[in-house]
Amino acid sequence: MKWPIIRKDDATRAAANLTQTVRAEFGWDDARKLLDGLPGGGLNIAHEAVDRHVAAGHGDQIAIRWLGKDGDRRDITYAALAADAARFANVLAEHGLQPGARVFALMGRVPELYAAALGTLKAGMTFTPLFAAFGPEPIRSRMEIGEGNVLVTTDALYRKKVAPWRDELASLKLVLTLGDGAVADTCVALRPAMARAADSFDTVRTTAEDMALIHFTSGTTGKPKGAVHVHGAVVAHAATGRFALDLKPGDIYWCTADPGWVTGTSYGIIAPLVNRVTMIVNEAEFDLERWYAILQDEGVQVWYTAPTAIRMLMRAGKDAAKNYDFSKLRFIASVGEPLNPEGVVWGQDVFGTPFHDNWWQTETGGIMIANTADMDIYPGSMGKPLPGIEAGIVSVQDGTVRECKPGEIGELALRPGWPSMMRAYLNEQARFDKCFVGGWYLSGDLALQDKDGYFWFVGRADDLIKSSGHLIGPFEVESALIEHEAIAEAAIIGIPDDTAGEVVKAYVALNPGFEPSETLEREIRGFARKRLGAAVAPREIVFRKELPKTRSGKIMRRLLKARELGLPEGDISTLEADEK
Amino acid sequence: MTDADIRKAILEELTQIAPDIAPSDVGDGDHLQDDLELDSMDFLNLVSALHKRLGVDIPETDYPKIATLALAVAYLKTRIG
Repeated sequence: MKWPIIRKDDATRAAANLTQTVRAEFGWDDARKLLDGLPGGGLNIAHEAVDRHVAAGHGDQIAIRWLGKDGDRRDITYAALAADAARFANVLAEHGLQPGARVFALMGRVPELYAAALGTLKAGMTFTPLFAAFGPEPIRSRMEIGEGNVLVTTDALYRKKVAPWRDELASLKLVLTLGDGAVADTCVALRPAMARAADSFDTVRTTAEDMALIHFTSGTTGKPKGAVHVHGAVVAHAATGRFALDLKPGDIYWCTADPGWVTGTSYGIIAPLVNRVTMIVNEAEFDLERWYAILQDEGVQVWYTAPTAIRMLMRAGKDAAKNYDFSKLRFIASVGEPLNPEGVVWGQDVFGTPFHDNWWQTETGGIMIANTADMDIYPGSMGKPLPGIEAGIVSVQDGTVRECKPGEIGELALRPGWPSMMRAYLNEQARFDKCFVGGWYLSGDLALQDKDGYFWFVGRADDLIKSSGHLIGPFEVESALIEHEAIAEAAIIGIPDDTAGEVVKAYVALNPGFEPSETLEREIRGFARKRLGAAVAPREIVFRKELPKTRSGKIMRRLLKARELGLPEGDISTLEADEK
Repeated sequence: MTDADIRKAILEELTQIAPDIAPSDVGDGDHLQDDLELDSMDFLNLVSALHKRLGVDIPETDYPKIATLALAVAYLKTRIG
């Protein structure tokens, strides 16, 4: 079915932050003017996000409205957030940590997480959020690669997921925890430490090129990659928050993403605070009526969410929404994977405005391609490049890049140089270099551009799996599986799912002495969930006598997937041993 | 069905979806998502497994009513015809 274009009226266009005029005249220097810089020189994300607003007289504005899962509410003003960030920075300094130290956070959406993120940046240290639902292995591998010096977590998460291997991570000097205090012999209780600390701290004079954040992302082969972002990325956070999310100072804004993922940091902490909005932080997980009630009762004006959540709302039907008043909503956006056209249009029907899909990656640091407030919406399209971003569809052969014609499928690529572009994969120069060919950054996503300039996602160019908007690297899952004594070989693919986009399915070949059985299937799934966490572990495991492999011994995941989906098998000339 | 039957059915389906959890790990008041770390996909899978096994349709708006084992037993008891 062809979906009709959703046209915007003149009033909507005129009210948008990003108008045709702004678009035509924009340069990154204009975005730099949205920032203040540190007094006396330098650039620091925490200063731009919080301290400058306090200095400008907005200290009483609510920065975070925190909605606890048990019904508690807490309003944290910009002044209070600045003080908490300073306290956290002082706690780090009191423990002898120096600028450049690596601080990891592993916790749910509690107020201390935000103080920790901003306090770390203020102290000139590097912040890395981890998803609290990760199992011990993804946590450990990321902290090893990132050489974490500090971990901020809860007593419960520490006991369950970190304590067993903590002593093996030599770089780790300090563990700060929230909770019952049961791990007091090896950890420092965060709340008392912050309460004792001074509430002011001179922001470390970082420059635009100093490291600020490391966000981990999955690779098809090898370990997770730590994408390094610098304080200068805040230029893009400021501009994209303003242009792609249409944030205006004082707006009530809700980003549903967890800060354990890049969206929840770039657009769940930095961009909204830099744009001086009031952020809703919902501690609880997805809950239909709670979500509708938050949108209504908190008067949310700008909402940034994800396709999996939107599809869960859609499952409940329009009737579930009809008793709520969403009239305050002005702009709603979606990211993580393409939102189906049905979802875009459903937004229009239920919220009175379509969902505005956009596209970016951990590596890009911020939104690159978007449906913005003044644009007509082609349901299913990711939109057009934001001002300052040059995107193309390219075909790479033997190191030569050719730009594709409109309508031709190729790899989505960007001209390097935007402020929030990753500066490195930590300690992985070769993998970083591979992303840049012929003057383009290659995204690994396949897409096409139509004759009107809109970009459309087609699929991944590699074997990465997108489940509930999160990239899952098959190698990381396979590595965990083959640690099970029964498993000789494993291959992971993503299979289509109506709600999650894709879910993880494993094909395994067993060691001699083990026989396929339902009991073994369950045991392996349990084993994987314990190590990897529910979001990453396979939902289904099938047994094979042999997995399809190339002559060089590489498992052909692509072939397993083609067969699973009943698609053509493609080029199988390198196939040596077939599936049995 | 007795409470014990319903409880057994829920635990069997739950540990089939999340085999990392042993039935003895599940406290009556444990929140399935917050305490037992089921993610939203697990939860949807549990809803559909309970539907298949018990013939009970659980609408999205009722999900909070099965957030813990004790809540789920009470809720399903009223819904089983």
